[in-house]
Amino acid sequence: MDEIKDGLAEVACDVLVIGGGTAGPMAAYKAKVRNPKSRVILLEKANVRRSGAISMGMDGLNNAVIPGYATPEQYVKEITIANDGIVDQAPVLKYARNCYGIIEELDRFGIRFQKTENGDFDVKKVHHLGAYVLPMPNGDTVKKALYRQLRREQILISNRYMATRLLTSRDGHVAGAIAVNARTAEFLVVRAKTVILCMGAAGRLGLPQSGYLYGTYENATNSGDGYAMAYHAGAKLANLECYQINPLIKDYNGPACAYVAGPFGAYTTNAEGSRFIECDYWSGQMMQEFYNELQSGKGPVFLKLDHLHDETVTEIETILHKVERPSRGRFHEGRGTNYREKMVEMHISEIGFCSGHSASGVFVDDLARTTVPGLYAAGDMANVPHNYMLGAFTNGAVAGEDAADVASGIDLPEFDMAEVEAERERVLAPTRREDGVPPNQLEYKTRRLVNDYLQPPKVTAKMRLGQLRLEEVRDDLDTNMMVRDAHELMRSLEAASILDCADMAAAASLYREESRWGLYHNRVDFPDKNDADWFCHTLLSKKDGRMVAEKRAIEPYLVQIEEHERSAYDRQRILKQA
Amino acid sequence: MPLASSPTTVPVVVDEAKCIAEKGCTVCVDVCPLDVLRISEETGKAYMKYDECWYCMPCETDCPTGAVSVNIPYLLR
Repeated sequence: MDEIKDGLAEVACDVLVIGGGTAGPMAAYKAKVRNPKSRVILLEKANVRRSGAISMGMDGLNNAVIPGYATPEQYVKEITIANDGIVDQAPVLKYARNCYGIIEELDRFGIRFQKTENGDFDVKKVHHLGAYVLPMPNGDTVKKALYRQLRREQILISNRYMATRLLTSRDGHVAGAIAVNARTAEFLVVRAKTVILCMGAAGRLGLPQSGYLYGTYENATNSGDGYAMAYHAGAKLANLECYQINPLIKDYNGPACAYVAGPFGAYTTNAEGSRFIECDYWSGQMMQEFYNELQSGKGPVFLKLDHLHDETVTEIETILHKVERPSRGRFHEGRGTNYREKMVEMHISEIGFCSGHSASGVFVDDLARTTVPGLYAAGDMANVPHNYMLGAFTNGAVAGEDAADVASGIDLPEFDMAEVEAERERVLAPTRREDGVPPNQLEYKTRRLVNDYLQPPKVTAKMRLGQLRLEEVRDDLDTNMMVRDAHELMRSLEAASILDCADMAAAASLYREESRWGLYHNRVDFPDKNDADWFCHTLLSKKDGRMVAEKRAIEPYLVQIEEHERSAYDRQRILKQA
Repeated sequence: MPLASSPTTVPVVVDEAKCIAEKGCTVCVDVCPLDVLRISEETGKAYMKYDECWYCMPCETDCPTGAVSVNIPYLLR
């Protein structure tokens, strides 16, 4: 295994879904159910059975809009306010209206949702305004349940194929994708009428404080390949300067976790054991207060559970040590941390792009369509803000159904074989060198530069210096990177995606000349929010080989926000009692 | 510039007495999201070939004989 082989195969389908984590399986399933005659291919860099952010399942839904507990309009309002108003509400409203149907569907797949003794959904309040958090008692089985549906619908699954570039026809319609086998380096051209990108966050962008390349908050397979592919295909990417930064267990980089432990009575404190934020829901404004406390004399920050009853802590442990990031129990054991006796040290994560928690993603409308005809995006990489797992499922479903409809009305688009040949040359170039820099060093350097120059507080002169250093890394990556086997080849492609994302992070952050979203875009030399000039989306795209930025107006709101409601998320800090 | 080989401890440990890879089992290799496990040609047993671990645990959870255990990578401990 891992020996580099020469090979090129071609297959065709109606709908190609790239990424088999959360949104991808749902998109593929819905496309097939919508049009059972269609041929649907699901391409995955790892193995669909255990890939993506929910590899080990999920403890619950963070954003369930359940009739009787919350209304779609209320949810849209909450997300609009939490995002400082920079939201096209139509996709958020569609999500809010569709997500309950998806919950019922997941229930049919065998995933259970916590109910009270009366048989009602046991919804918890974690957000600032409404209640949307719903625990999943058998959340560790999510991937299994999805996989069963994919088998039943006979979705064609190609594991261990990493997509590298999209193909487009002469008139700019998406025409498929080029992929390379992660264990043999053989190429696969997948022709398709429509393509859905579900490739997750750019989670390997900043370098974790531990220095371990794979010690990231996001599943480390999520190296931003979808962002890079969308960019190179000419799609527009929105609000990338609205980074993802999360409050996490120090060094372990797993959620701490407000959504699980919070409803049981745990909360975030400073070193004195005092609360300093009103609400543990992850927003940029909350992260700014978290950061301030870390830097202050009252830091660092802790998750406090030591005041809870033994049985309560045991219940929390049962969830946290079994689902999503189950090695966390081992981490605490190694440090001698028992939730009952000690507060848990917290820190902030490395930066990344991820709409799942913030708003940085490929621009999509309420049908999950990108700006490239026939190309869709869903899940963490599409810019529907604060999407979380249920958003990935729901918007994946929207994408799958529309992509199936569109595919049934068109012929297979033509593509240019010269594009495939050029891509093969680009991908294989590092395999033809006898001497050079290995991908892990290029990746480390890129990500170290991201930390040094691009993470907030953002300083203009530093970001410009960062751009110069990143250009040098790009020169090395283009002319001097060397790989020795197919596995390293996959890592070299990821290193290229990471570098593309770093360039985008710098360009987007420099373009928006104001501060917004709390810590996410805290621009020290433009410290104020400037609604007059910057109440808009910022879009990055590739034009004539260059990265360009533009503004895009926010669509008129469907749910109006009153003046006095707008600042709800700005008032995060607990005021001292007189 | 020439390459060096720097030693590193790897977080995934395989109990060779329990591992049944020589009978054709490749479950841990199949499920690993980062694709860092391989079957050794020398021993016929699974091992961690690349130190690129997210300590996520499908390899340990899905192993049919309980041969695999995941530790926290040293740099994070």
